[in-house]
Amino acid sequence: MTLSASNKASIRAVAEALYGQLLAAGAVAVETEILQPAGTLLDLYGEDIRARAYVTADPGLGEMMLRPDFTVPVVEAHMRDGAEPARYAYMGEVFRRQEDPDARAREYLQVGFEVFDRAAPEADAEVFALFSSLLAPLNLRPATGDIGILMAAVRGLSTPGRRKAALLRHIWRPKRFRALLDRFAGRAVPSPARAALLDRLKSDAPGALIAAAGPLVGLRSAEDIAERAAALLEDAATPPIAATEAALLYDLLTLQAPSLAALAHLRGIAPMLPAITPAIDAFAARLDALKARGIDVESLPFEASHGRTTLEYYDGFVFTLAAADPDLPAVASGGRYDALTAHLGQSGSIPAVGGIIRPELVARLRGEI
Amino acid sequence: MLKIGVPSKGRLMEKTFDWFGARGLAMVKTGNEREYSGRIDGIEGVELVMLSAGEIPRELTAGRIHLGVTGSDLVRDKLAGWQARVTDWQALGFGHADLVIAVPQAWVDVDTLDDLDAAASAFRAQHGFRLRIATKYHRLVREFLTANGVADYALVDSQGATEGTVKNLTAEAIADITSSGETLHANHLKILSDGLIHQSQATLFLARKADWSPKKAATLQSVAEKLGLPVPRL
Repeated sequence: MTLSASNKASIRAVAEALYGQLLAAGAVAVETEILQPAGTLLDLYGEDIRARAYVTADPGLGEMMLRPDFTVPVVEAHMRDGAEPARYAYMGEVFRRQEDPDARAREYLQVGFEVFDRAAPEADAEVFALFSSLLAPLNLRPATGDIGILMAAVRGLSTPGRRKAALLRHIWRPKRFRALLDRFAGRAVPSPARAALLDRLKSDAPGALIAAAGPLVGLRSAEDIAERAAALLEDAATPPIAATEAALLYDLLTLQAPSLAALAHLRGIAPMLPAITPAIDAFAARLDALKARGIDVESLPFEASHGRTTLEYYDGFVFTLAAADPDLPAVASGGRYDALTAHLGQSGSIPAVGGIIRPELVARLRGEI
Repeated sequence: MLKIGVPSKGRLMEKTFDWFGARGLAMVKTGNEREYSGRIDGIEGVELVMLSAGEIPRELTAGRIHLGVTGSDLVRDKLAGWQARVTDWQALGFGHADLVIAVPQAWVDVDTLDDLDAAASAFRAQHGFRLRIATKYHRLVREFLTANGVADYALVDSQGATEGTVKNLTAEAIADITSSGETLHANHLKILSDGLIHQSQATLFLARKADWSPKKAATLQSVAEKLGLPVPRL
């Protein structure tokens, strides 16, 4: 859909008003380049980002991307020369490559707000309450989650670190996560090839198997292969994740309830998985902070798996505010991304939370375009 | 004229000519042996356009040809949202080839995508960069790996001799077309047991956005009758 000039002006006016309100709430204005070095984004997201961002080439600087979101460059700028605590607001276009020829949103305005503050539950509540109040007249449907609880549950499993690392690596890929969990919990049988390999490794050294399989080509070395073979043997000798722990994790993956009821449910399972207690305490503190800001936490929807399929940097609180029409993308979305600041910050890191609003959707819901 | 694009050389061209010829539509090359021009006999109002198989998807989507014969792999890889742009009218039963993921035979620990994913994670930790997969089928391979939750890989472009990239140390694994597997084997590679991305074959496609005037629709009707196929919806 091409927007007429007047529609564009209406959307920009909505964006500017929202941006002004964020500045009035104490944020510092921040700008970033539209052309971003592709390396940082590829390093973070892997090959998947190529399907979602426009890649172009600069003769001198190499591969560049049209800014797919603001968070990464804003975090980089803050980690480079920001003071803390800090609150930033920005407004500008983001660009999203679309495979579907009829897709609408290839470039659109975003207005965003990022908070770098060590008082985490308080900052979560601040962002959510601010967005809720800015968008209150639209009667949007809120949804919240907390990837930190899921991560804490994985870290708390009584199983070797290698398995936990494999699960954590795929926390944003629900299908692969589920397949791994099924295997580690003994619910899925190993493939015949895996069983055959394990059998042969009992009598032969990996080196002998490699030599028998054919000439080794490529950079992945015999040591790399032997190391993984050893890991497979070790894993095969490791008992499955205890049925009770696995059941708790499956339960957590599907937990969906109003926030206070979800909290009570989590408190109920904590004695069986004590490692999640700090994450539950943080959830409870956030609910207190939200309540103090006038949010009805009794009814606020909570889903433990909410936000698991978005770009993989949220690692705590996540939220969306969506219109009733399920075909429209969320009007606002955001979350906590502490690990991203550590990844981009060379040596330092700082707890961070933020979110964006799509002014075009706001204008549309108001009937202005 | 209703334009039909066909591969301009090689076995794919010969088999295409045979297939249409067996149904009463004789395709013949005209002019000198190296000239890319031809005609189609046995029907009025149809023009033969000789093209590289790799360019036929683009010509179909632009509507510069009405019908085209090319591999189903090329259409799926080159056209985002291909079903909205072309209709796969008829699979022609030749040009069979599988797009597969292959790794060195000596990787005794890798048999499935699950193994590939785990090996990629360890490879990145060990070598400091993502495990590279050489291919020319970027869209198909990326969509397949994303759908299967494989992470920590990078695609590197390879337009030919892809099987050699591993030995040449420009990739650790490949995703390429194979029919017999012989070239893979000769280059010390094996196919992952769940690494079949797409089973390709030569297919007659119809361009949805071409000019389908009543006259051309009528010509399409007679082509369909000759070929013994139901008329596709325009």
